Amino acid sequence: MKQENTMQIFEALEKDARLTHAQLSAMTGIPEAEVEKTVKKAEKDRVILKYKTAIDWAKLGEEQVWALVEVKVAPQRDVGFDSIAERIYKFPQAHSVYLASGTYDVAILVSGKTMQEVAVFVSEKLAPLDTVQSTVTHFILKRYKEDGEILGGGEGLKRLPITP
Amino acid sequence: MSKLHPRKLKTSKNCISGKVQELPPSGIRKFFDLIASMEGVISLGVGEPDYTTPWHIREAAIYALEKGYTMYTSNSGLPELRQALSGYLISHDGLSYNPTDEILITVGVSEGLDLVMRAILEPGDEVIMPDPCYVAYPASVYLADGIPVRVPTNEENAFKIKAEDIEKLITDRTRAILIGYPANPTGAVIPKEELKQLAELVQEHDLLVISDEVYGQLVYGVEHTCFATLPGMKERTILLNGFSKAYAMTGWRIGYAAAQTDIIKAMNKIHQYTMLCAPIMSQMAAIEALKGAGKEVQEMVRDYDQRRRVMVKGFRDIGLSCFEPKGAFYAFPSIKVTGMTSEEFSEKLLFEEKVAVVPGTAFGQCGEGYIRCCYATSLPEIEEALKRMGKFIKRNRPG
Repeated sequence: MKQENTMQIFEALEKDARLTHAQLSAMTGIPEAEVEKTVKKAEKDRVILKYKTAIDWAKLGEEQVWALVEVKVAPQRDVGFDSIAERIYKFPQAHSVYLASGTYDVAILVSGKTMQEVAVFVSEKLAPLDTVQSTVTHFILKRYKEDGEILGGGEGLKRLPITP
Repeated sequence: MSKLHPRKLKTSKNCISGKVQELPPSGIRKFFDLIASMEGVISLGVGEPDYTTPWHIREAAIYALEKGYTMYTSNSGLPELRQALSGYLISHDGLSYNPTDEILITVGVSEGLDLVMRAILEPGDEVIMPDPCYVAYPASVYLADGIPVRVPTNEENAFKIKAEDIEKLITDRTRAILIGYPANPTGAVIPKEELKQLAELVQEHDLLVISDEVYGQLVYGVEHTCFATLPGMKERTILLNGFSKAYAMTGWRIGYAAAQTDIIKAMNKIHQYTMLCAPIMSQMAAIEALKGAGKEVQEMVRDYDQRRRVMVKGFRDIGLSCFEPKGAFYAFPSIKVTGMTSEEFSEKLLFEEKVAVVPGTAFGQCGEGYIRCCYATSLPEIEEALKRMGKFIKRNRPG
C-alpha cells in the first residue's frame, strides 16, 4: 500500500511537475514531510531527471525542424553500440538517442532551426563517424501527440455544467 | 383528433395528468439555466466523470457502425453482451446469472429502475429507501403508483441506512427496499457486516431488494459488496448496474438488470413495449468495455481518489465539517456553520463566487444543511473552487 502511494507521487509529478509538496500530500494522503523526503531522494538518485514544460512552439510562430534519423552502425568489440551512442548523444542536436531492434541500430531524434541545420548535422557530423555505415533521415511533417499530450488541445470536455 | 384527446386542451396545464403535475422537477437541475448564462462558473454540480470514454471502447462502437450494426437487437440485448456480463458477474462477484433469462440490457440504470418498479409494484405498495438518495428513486416509485418511504440517515452514522430504522417503517404494504451504495449524493458505502443485518431483515419480512450498484467500482480503500452475494439474497435482489460511471460512458445510456427469471421476464415485457432495446452501438461498446477496460478504470479510480482527498481536506480546512466519502465521486459537506439553508447557500455561492453546487435538499429532507460537490473535476478547478468557497464561508460565518 505504501509503495503504491509513493508511486502516486511520481505519476502525479510526471503529469504536472508544478505540484507542490502540500498538494501532493493532499492528493495522496502521505504527510507533507514524507512527500518532501521522497521527492528529494528521487532527485538525488536521478529517479526524477528534471522538471520540464511541454511547449507547442509552432503556436508561438517558432520554426523548429525535427527529424528521425535511422543509423546503421558497426558494433565494436567489448563496447557494442554504447561507445558510438555516447559519441552521438553528446551532440546537442541529438534530442533523444535510442538503440533499436530491426533494420537499423540507433534511432536519433534531431532538432534544428532549419532543414539545412539538420541536414548539415547529419551529413557533416553523424554520417562521417567511423562506425556509422548509413543514415536515413525522416523529416517530421506534423506533430500530433507528444509525451502523451495531444497538440492542438484534443477533443475537450463536452459535459453540461449540471447533470444528475 | 378530439376523440383521441378526450380532455379538452384549453390550457397547456390541464392537458397534463395530475400525477405528473404533482411530480416535482429534479432539484439538481434547478440552477441549470442560470449557470448556462453565467461566465466563469466552476461547476461541482455535475454527476458524471470528467473523462471521455476510453478510446478503445469508442473505437469499437465506430467499428460496429462501419460494419453496419445499425439495427434493433433482441429485446433483452445482444447475446454476446449478456454472455459477457454473466461472465463478469461470476468472476467479479461469484454470482451466477443465466444470460438467457436472468439478465436484461437496459438503457442505463435509469430505465432498469423504472422497469423494476413497474414490474413489482401494485398501487399503494411501499418501497423503503434512504434519505438523502438519488433523485430518481422516489420518482420511479411514485410513477409506478407506489409510495416511497424514506429512512432518515445522517452524518453521525456515515449516511448508512440501518436495519433497525428500516424495521420501524415496515408495514404490510412494504414490497421492497431500494438501496444505492456507494451512494449518490453522500459517497457512503455500507460494509458487508451491516448489509448482512439488512439481508436478515429482508428475509424475515419477505421483501425484495433493488440494489443500484452503478458506483460499485468507484470505492476508495474499502470493498464494495454486491448485495446479491449475501446469503439468501440472490433470489430477492434485483441488481441494477451500468457502464456510465466506472467506464465514463454516461452518454451511451447503457446498463443492465440481473435478477431471477420471473422478474427479468416481467421487466422485459414492459421494456419490449416501451424501449424495445438498448442502442446496438452502445451494446457493442459495452462488450468492449467488459473485455478490457480494467486498466483505464483503475487509473480513473486512482485519480478520483486523489481529488477526493484534496476536496475533503479542503472543506475541512475552510471550516466545513465533511463526512469522508468512501465511494462514488461526491463529497457531501455540512454547511450548517453558515446558518443558511442548503438552497440559500447554493444560490448565494453561485451569485457571489460563481461556484455551482447542488443543495442537499434535492436528495431529500435529510439533505438539509448539506451540499453535494462532485470531485470528478480537474484538480486546478477543485482547488480554485475551494479557494472561492473559503472566501465565501469567511464572509458568511455568523459571529
